Amino acid sequence: MSVLEIKDLHVSVETDQGTKQILRGVNLTINEGEIHAIMGPNGSGKSTLAYTIAGHPKYHVESGSILLDGAEVLTMTVDARARAGLFLAMQYPVEIPGVTVTNFLRTAKTAIEGEAPPIRTWIKDVRQAMTNLRMDKTFAERNVNEGFSGGEKKRNEILQLELLKPKFAVLDETDSGLDVDALKIVSEGVNRAKANTGLGLLLITHYTRILRYIHPDFVHVFVNGKIAEQGGPELADRLEDEGYDRFLVPSNVG
Amino acid sequence: MSAASALSKSASKTVPESTTPTADSSTLPVGQHGIKEHSDGRFGYVPVQTRSARFKSVNVADFEAVTGREAVWKHSPVAKFTDLTAGALDGSRYTVESTPSADVSVEWVPRTDARIGTAGLPEERAAANAWSAFDEALAVTVSGEEAKEITVTRSGLGTIARGAHTIIEAKPFSQATVILHNTGDARLSENVEIILGESANLTVVSLQEWDDSAVHLANHFASVGRDARLKHVVVSLGGSIVRVNPSVRLAGPGSDTLLLGLYFADAGQHLEQQVYVFHDAPRSRSRVNYKGALQGQDARTVWIGDVLIGNKAAGTDSYEQNRNLVLSEGTRADSIPNLEIETGDIVGAGHASATGRFDDEQLFYLQSRGITEEEARRLVVRGFLTEVVQQIGSPELEARLQLAIEAELIGTDDK
Ligand SMILES: Nc1ncnc2c1ncn2[C@@H]1O[C@H](COP(=O)(O)OP(=O)(O)O)[C@@H](O)[C@H]1O
Ligand SMILES: [Mg+2]
Repeated sequence: MSVLEIKDLHVSVETDQGTKQILRGVNLTINEGEIHAIMGPNGSGKSTLAYTIAGHPKYHVESGSILLDGAEVLTMTVDARARAGLFLAMQYPVEIPGVTVTNFLRTAKTAIEGEAPPIRTWIKDVRQAMTNLRMDKTFAERNVNEGFSGGEKKRNEILQLELLKPKFAVLDETDSGLDVDALKIVSEGVNRAKANTGLGLLLITHYTRILRYIHPDFVHVFVNGKIAEQGGPELADRLEDEGYDRFLVPSNVG
Repeated sequence: MSAASALSKSASKTVPESTTPTADSSTLPVGQHGIKEHSDGRFGYVPVQTRSARFKSVNVADFEAVTGREAVWKHSPVAKFTDLTAGALDGSRYTVESTPSADVSVEWVPRTDARIGTAGLPEERAAANAWSAFDEALAVTVSGEEAKEITVTRSGLGTIARGAHTIIEAKPFSQATVILHNTGDARLSENVEIILGESANLTVVSLQEWDDSAVHLANHFASVGRDARLKHVVVSLGGSIVRVNPSVRLAGPGSDTLLLGLYFADAGQHLEQQVYVFHDAPRSRSRVNYKGALQGQDARTVWIGDVLIGNKAAGTDSYEQNRNLVLSEGTRADSIPNLEIETGDIVGAGHASATGRFDDEQLFYLQSRGITEEEARRLVVRGFLTEVVQQIGSPELEARLQLAIEAELIGTDDK
């Protein structure tokens, strides 16, 4: 049974105005097969948490630790984290010039498995996964994310989630910018991935609507760089009704 | 005639492709990741003053001393090769090795050879200096309708300033691939005339794998006869300053050319190509596709693409593009397409140019999928350049180039 533990995580970034504290002591444990929703207002540090788990070099960990099955993730390179079983579906997936989706997927799969996937089954798997996500066949020959619409980029992230089969995935606002049809397709993909591999999920979202399709076991309210409250799915319903105002009491009027 | 008026007339109606540039260039978000994009149909290009009217002479004394302000020189580090533009050049024979092939002869011919000067004439001083200096020309003459490949290698030119002249002639209906392979050190200014008879099908590859210190200024002049097809490929990987300027006249009706270029500039290298296609006959067709990668401090590339569709060239179809991939800080890629149209009756004319950056966000994205940094760079560069490599049509050379490109990437090329 795999487990991802985030312990007292403090993270800052360098800005033009100097060092800026973003995460201020995040504690979170996710077991394999669990879905945790992290909900919070814009600017609360959700993406920072996601990027820090993935190892983006812009974010400096001041203290704390992230353990995957007891092994320290923070000392691993970005690619080593992916090979260890972590996956980040990005809020803003990046365009890669010159690299087709096909080529990219095969290279990533090879890197993660340590050997090239058997060609016949791999091609079949890719086709099936694309069909499930209602992605046109022509996608495979396009350069990664180049000229993709917002919805296409998000589907491409979930395509990778399904094919790379991580132990834990962080989905950073995968729902934002999707119309309801695309939201359903993407949610189905996430649910399918979970049914197939039993991965653990950290679902970052600003709105509750994706939670209609992906049902969290736990909901954490994220405010000002840390978890302000946690509970079960009912907490999401409460947020739907009340918004985040309750958590945004101006404590530092100056 | 006035090039500007020809342009303004044609630009709005006869440049169909350019209004829908290829998917990848149109969608690059300008400004993000430092991508510069240029692709147009209505505005944005600077016409050359009637390119066909440029001064030409085989006599070096007819050209003023090079200052670096001239249109043809303004992107080049001219102070670093005054020996080639202003000094006396050694025009004697040098050692060449060539792979044997039936129906291809490689020999030295005198200056009086009737082919000399038939494909084109110098438009700048280094070319004229070489033309004035050479004792004999190296002539590669292709006949026979069977496909064949020959490699002509120069590896021992040394550091003496040289002027050279080469003729590559493909007789009517003949077919061949001629690879000019350049290695070792050199300080060379040269002219290469490429003459295609009726219905000939010729591929010429100029492969620059010079030593780090080499300086190479080349002008290729091609004349393509009726229904003939020229594939011309410039591959520049090694050398300090490498400037290979192909100039192709589509002289016969139905003539066709594909001009390909592939370059990889690393720290301190200057790689330049000024490509000129002159559509001088009806129903002629041209495609230009140059791709370059830049990596390292002061890696510098220049691409200028002039296309002139002359008034005899009704029913022509042309498209030129240049794409550059920037792999590190401290590089500079210039990319300047020019299109000049003197007839309203064309099938198509368009161009595109874009310089994209492989940046830290892209690297992070690939790494976050388990791909190592080294593999990520290889993936991007190979993906980018493969399109050109695969069109060369020589499997052995293509395989060799893939390896050479990877060696460039990790800096293990033993130049
Ligand atoms: N790379 C960065 N440089 C400067 N400030 C940043 C950077 N990343 C995040 N921030 C700042 O940190 C705060 C949290 O950002 P983010 O983690 O993106 O929040 P969220 O995803 O919850 O909207 C914001 O105030 C944001 O402006
Ligand atoms: Mg965010």
